[in-house]
Amino acid sequence: MNEVSEYIKDVAKGVKTLLGGLSVTGYYFFHPKEIITQQYPENRGTLKMFDRFRGEVIMPHNEKNEHRCNGCSSCELACPNGSIRIVSKHLLLENGKKKKIIDQHIYNLSLCTLCNACVKACPTDALKMSQEFEHATFGRVELIKVLNKTGSVVMEGLEE
Amino acid sequence: METLQLFKILPEKIYFQNIPYLPGFRKMVGWNLDFSTLTRNIHDSLFSFFSPGLASAAEMVIIGLCFLTFFALLGLILVYAERKVCAFFQLRLGPMRVGFWGTAQTFADFIKLLLKEPLTTKNADKFLFNLAPFIVIVASFMAVAAIPFAKGLHAVDLDIGIFFITAVSSIGVVSILLAGWSSNNKYSLIGAIRSGAQILSYEISAGLALLTIIILTGSLQLSEIIESQRTGWWIFKGHIPAIIAFVIYMIAGTAETNRGPFDIAEAESELTAGFHTEYSGIKFAFFFLAEFVNMFIVSAIAATVFFGGWMPFHIGNFTFFNHLMDFIPSVVWFFGKVSLIVFLMMWFRWTFPRLRIDQLLTLEWKYLMPISLVNFLFMAFISLEGWYF
Repeated sequence: MNEVSEYIKDVAKGVKTLLGGLSVTGYYFFHPKEIITQQYPENRGTLKMFDRFRGEVIMPHNEKNEHRCNGCSSCELACPNGSIRIVSKHLLLENGKKKKIIDQHIYNLSLCTLCNACVKACPTDALKMSQEFEHATFGRVELIKVLNKTGSVVMEGLEE
Repeated sequence: METLQLFKILPEKIYFQNIPYLPGFRKMVGWNLDFSTLTRNIHDSLFSFFSPGLASAAEMVIIGLCFLTFFALLGLILVYAERKVCAFFQLRLGPMRVGFWGTAQTFADFIKLLLKEPLTTKNADKFLFNLAPFIVIVASFMAVAAIPFAKGLHAVDLDIGIFFITAVSSIGVVSILLAGWSSNNKYSLIGAIRSGAQILSYEISAGLALLTIIILTGSLQLSEIIESQRTGWWIFKGHIPAIIAFVIYMIAGTAETNRGPFDIAEAESELTAGFHTEYSGIKFAFFFLAEFVNMFIVSAIAATVFFGGWMPFHIGNFTFFNHLMDFIPSVVWFFGKVSLIVFLMMWFRWTFPRLRIDQLLTLEWKYLMPISLVNFLFMAFISLEGWYF
């Protein structure tokens, strides 16, 4: 008798769990608001990537065309696959001394794995990850970018 | 006077008896599609134009063409529905790009399939390999022929309609075994043998579930089964055992069509694609189409036996309500019920995880078959005592 009641309990439990599964998917089916797929090219205007998304490395500039990079090469050393190269130049000061400043911060997006190491390594918080992700171009050369804008200077108080 | 006396003696017997149908009313509602006049007219005009032999040949050709078109359309619509329903269950949108809401997607896929090269592998048994897709399509063709689609829209009304359909639709397993064997591929062979074990097992409980209702109908003829539901569908009239039988039939039917959660015959994650691994192009399309048509057939049988086929929703002898329901054409009733059951099967597929082969056979031999046997006895007892409506 015990076995029979066990059997019936088994069946009832099975039916109950199956109905539980069906109710979950049924809820999703009848609530289209839950759908998480986005129609990408159509929603370009309103699309906002989430905060921690890593699109590419950028160097923010302020309105006076100043950036925070002093050309210390920490990012170049930190980069695991050599996608950053710092080109520096020497400025001759009035007192006859030479001063090393940044000329070009060259960033090769086609080599970058978006590991965030350069952003972490930067002592002056000059680099940031942007949320831009449309990187398709017609040539690899276009993916090699100079991050500091032409004529930009380093912010005061951050020079080496 | 006699009728009055009858009412006094046996009111409850009269209440649920088959009420005489009012033929005048149906004639009055001219737009309520009755296909028997249309088919009769076609038949008569063909026989007046041609000699009898030629006329019946022409009829066969016409019916064959109708079914071919129906098959193609059914396949396209069901594939689209499957993809959309699946997507909505998984919080996706599904095909959206080709045509409005992706409606032309299946047409594009179909054209792509037709343009592909039908490969035959080098070490395959060529004759059996090429024969298998045709057997599967022929099996579903024969089953569809016996299904009543609407009032008067019925290709063959066999005396043993339901028996014929269950017998013929299980020919499909032969083609699966052939495909698996002739491919000369271990995945295909494992898939085919699993499928054989599965279909042979589940045929039993599907048959028993149908028999449970046939106790009440007293006939295997599909038109009579539908006619017996004039006062209400069997799922309501046969109450508890009918509902149990319906649940068992749905489980067994899903297993028979090799659909998830019973899709171990083609389990993508373990057997690549099971018995149709080596097929491509139009031959693969045949297997693909047959899977969806078999789903339609199983749903159509369930709709016919449990939900009254094309019979509108009638409650006993509430004549006014019944006539109100008759305003909806019988085609709409049939396809509405079938699509609801198809939706139910898709719901199963995209909710439950796949069963292992031993779990699958345990479910059939230790649960479904004993339950359906007990249910069968229960229904026989109820039928004997007249405890159904």
